[in-house]
Amino acid sequence: MKHLTVGGRTLAMMAVVLPLLALLIYVVLRSGPLAPVPVRVMPVETRSIAPGLYGIGTVEARYTYRIGPTLAARVQTLDVHVGDRVTAGQVLGTMDPIDFDARRRAQDAAIKRARAQQQEAAARQRHAQAQVQRYEQLLIAGSTSEEVVTTKQQELQVFDATLAAAYAELTRVQAEGEALMAQRQNLRLLAPVDGLVMARNADPGTTVVAGQAVVEVIEPESLWINVRFDQVSATGLSAGLAARIALRSRSELSLSGEVLRVEPLADAVTEEMLAKVVFAQLPEPLPPIGELAEVTLMLPALPAQPTVPNAALQRINGVLGVWRVENDALNFVAVKTGVHDLDGRVQVLAGLKPGEEVVIYSRQALTDGSRIKVVEQLPGVAP
Amino acid sequence: MISLAGRDILHGWGKFIFTGIGLGLLIGVTLTMAGVYRGMIDDAQVLIDNSGADLWVVQKDTLGPYAESSSLYEDIYRSIVILPGVAQAVNVTYFTMQVRHGERDVRSMAVGIVPGEAGQPGWPPYLVAGRQITRSHYEAVADIATGFRLGDRIKIRRNHYTVVGLTRRMVSSNGDPMVFIPLRDAQEAQFLKDNDAIVQNRRRTAENPNFNRPGVPGLLEAVIASQSGNPYVNAVLVSIRPGYTAEQVARPIRQWKRLTVYTRAQMESILIEKLIATAAKQIGMFLVILALVSAAIVAFIIYTLTLGKIREIAVLKLIGTRNRTIALMIMQQAIGLGLIGFAVGKIAATFWAPIFPKYVLLLPGDSLRGFVAVVIICALASVMAIRAALKVDPAEAIGG
Repeated sequence: MKHLTVGGRTLAMMAVVLPLLALLIYVVLRSGPLAPVPVRVMPVETRSIAPGLYGIGTVEARYTYRIGPTLAARVQTLDVHVGDRVTAGQVLGTMDPIDFDARRRAQDAAIKRARAQQQEAAARQRHAQAQVQRYEQLLIAGSTSEEVVTTKQQELQVFDATLAAAYAELTRVQAEGEALMAQRQNLRLLAPVDGLVMARNADPGTTVVAGQAVVEVIEPESLWINVRFDQVSATGLSAGLAARIALRSRSELSLSGEVLRVEPLADAVTEEMLAKVVFAQLPEPLPPIGELAEVTLMLPALPAQPTVPNAALQRINGVLGVWRVENDALNFVAVKTGVHDLDGRVQVLAGLKPGEEVVIYSRQALTDGSRIKVVEQLPGVAP
Repeated sequence: MISLAGRDILHGWGKFIFTGIGLGLLIGVTLTMAGVYRGMIDDAQVLIDNSGADLWVVQKDTLGPYAESSSLYEDIYRSIVILPGVAQAVNVTYFTMQVRHGERDVRSMAVGIVPGEAGQPGWPPYLVAGRQITRSHYEAVADIATGFRLGDRIKIRRNHYTVVGLTRRMVSSNGDPMVFIPLRDAQEAQFLKDNDAIVQNRRRTAENPNFNRPGVPGLLEAVIASQSGNPYVNAVLVSIRPGYTAEQVARPIRQWKRLTVYTRAQMESILIEKLIATAAKQIGMFLVILALVSAAIVAFIIYTLTLGKIREIAVLKLIGTRNRTIALMIMQQAIGLGLIGFAVGKIAATFWAPIFPKYVLLLPGDSLRGFVAVVIICALASVMAIRAALKVDPAEAIGG
């Protein structure tokens, strides 16, 4: 340092101190509250937007046939397995009749007994009828008392009734026999339609209660998606809307479909609306029942309106609005918004004119006094 | 009149500058530590501001949703939104979890927000890129600190979400960046166990004879379905109508709904006085010690710098320089050193602050206080040095 003259030393000193000072001023002005907030602006565009609805649902079969016995019974045979195709009327399996044959023999015997009882009653009735005729003639001839005749008539009435009861008993026992035969028919599990076996809930040897499904068969052609739409964003949901379906296992594939119906009953607990969406063409291989699907519905495009991106909307002191930029000055204007689409464009019904510049992105929350600097790309955000 | 101090500084300018820079880095560390402390408090503050709520309705007798866990039935908001003075009441969930993106996972706070109109309580109030959530499932708006980019597919529990928007300074009170996802997904994510656990739980239920009765078909399915739902949220965020005070709206909710309600001021005190109190005190303590140590070092540096020049001062005295001039010289030098130090410190702190993983908030007020403190410490330290200098015997200039 000794070789530096006084002037040289001053210069060297200045060379360090002046940049330091400049840097300090830069730092003070560029950071902290004095620094302008970088913002990105965008003009209000007049354009037509097509609102979309987005929901998720699961693949379900429209018709599921749960096939099982109508009596508590034991599964005897079950010939089909999950994934098998079955045709209408095909025997899928049988239930073990267990005591059926014995009960049928008992029933046959009961019928015979009823028939015999009916014959016995008929014989007694015929005899009583003959007796009545005979005693009436004797009464005319005066060789018997009126009391005896009356007694015979009363006996005939009793035997008439007994015969009627015997007939009815025979009919009852015969009907019981028919019912037993009908149950016998039901012990065979028949496929009601052409379909696909979806579940096999019991194996031979298992006892099932009446009504419990042994086999579940679906009609694969009737697959649909039970879609749930959040009620808050389900405006315009109606039958007939075109749908794009993305199955979870094939998420890159977009399948087309259509809303078949909107359920009249919404889910009150989850605050969702339910709709059934059918595939325009069934995907191959068939999606499994229960697979998750994302469904996007596109509503018809609306007439052109001023729109802003939803990133521009802010709520300040309870007022929904946007920051309008005019000559580098910020101004919060309240807006009334309409519908929005899935890309985040929101219709502005009142408050803004097309072409006005609004802030869409800002590096920090803006206030009335914020100084702003309009930039193309906010610092730190990858293009 | 020539400046004695200026001449002396120029004489040993290299030493002076480097001492100043060294001092500056120390001051920079102190300023940064103050920034870390402020940042911590600011994290808690932005959490409150960003929620956009005036009232927090939480489970009775809990400090939820940030400081304690709280769960409410999701349909409770319906009975709150109809109360007088309530402008909006929306469900929200908060859950800190690892969010995976490819090989990497980021600790973040997943916030479940009700999809719908922009600007609702709970929503990120501003974005830096992309758009707000429009679909009611599988979309996410992430804080830029997560490192996610627009279009990234991130994984929360078993579902994949597309990052559609980026925001900034949306952090939990721990400084974890937030990821905003639709409420339904968040409820599921909060509740959902991994698939193995679900399968095992189903098996456990199926093996329980109470739930799997042979004579009651469908019971098992019903039990399993009831086990795998989550009708809970962590809090209801309420914004109030103009003309009502927070307390006016909060009272009927406390009284008749038998829930705990916090106003903004109460929530602030919970977060700052309870949740981050210990951590903030820890940093605050460290800041105090650092400030004291810095002050001591600054004082010692100036003192030793002066003592190093004791012979020159003796010469000055010998040639009859007035005490005042010598004192002024030492003080000017000390303050000059302090100014360079402060400038270097401020610049250094500003440039390295953004590199910190958590937010470092450098307040101009803190800088100003730091500046005043530096000048005062330098002046005080120079007084000690001046006392030593003035006591010097002019004879030392020739002797020794």
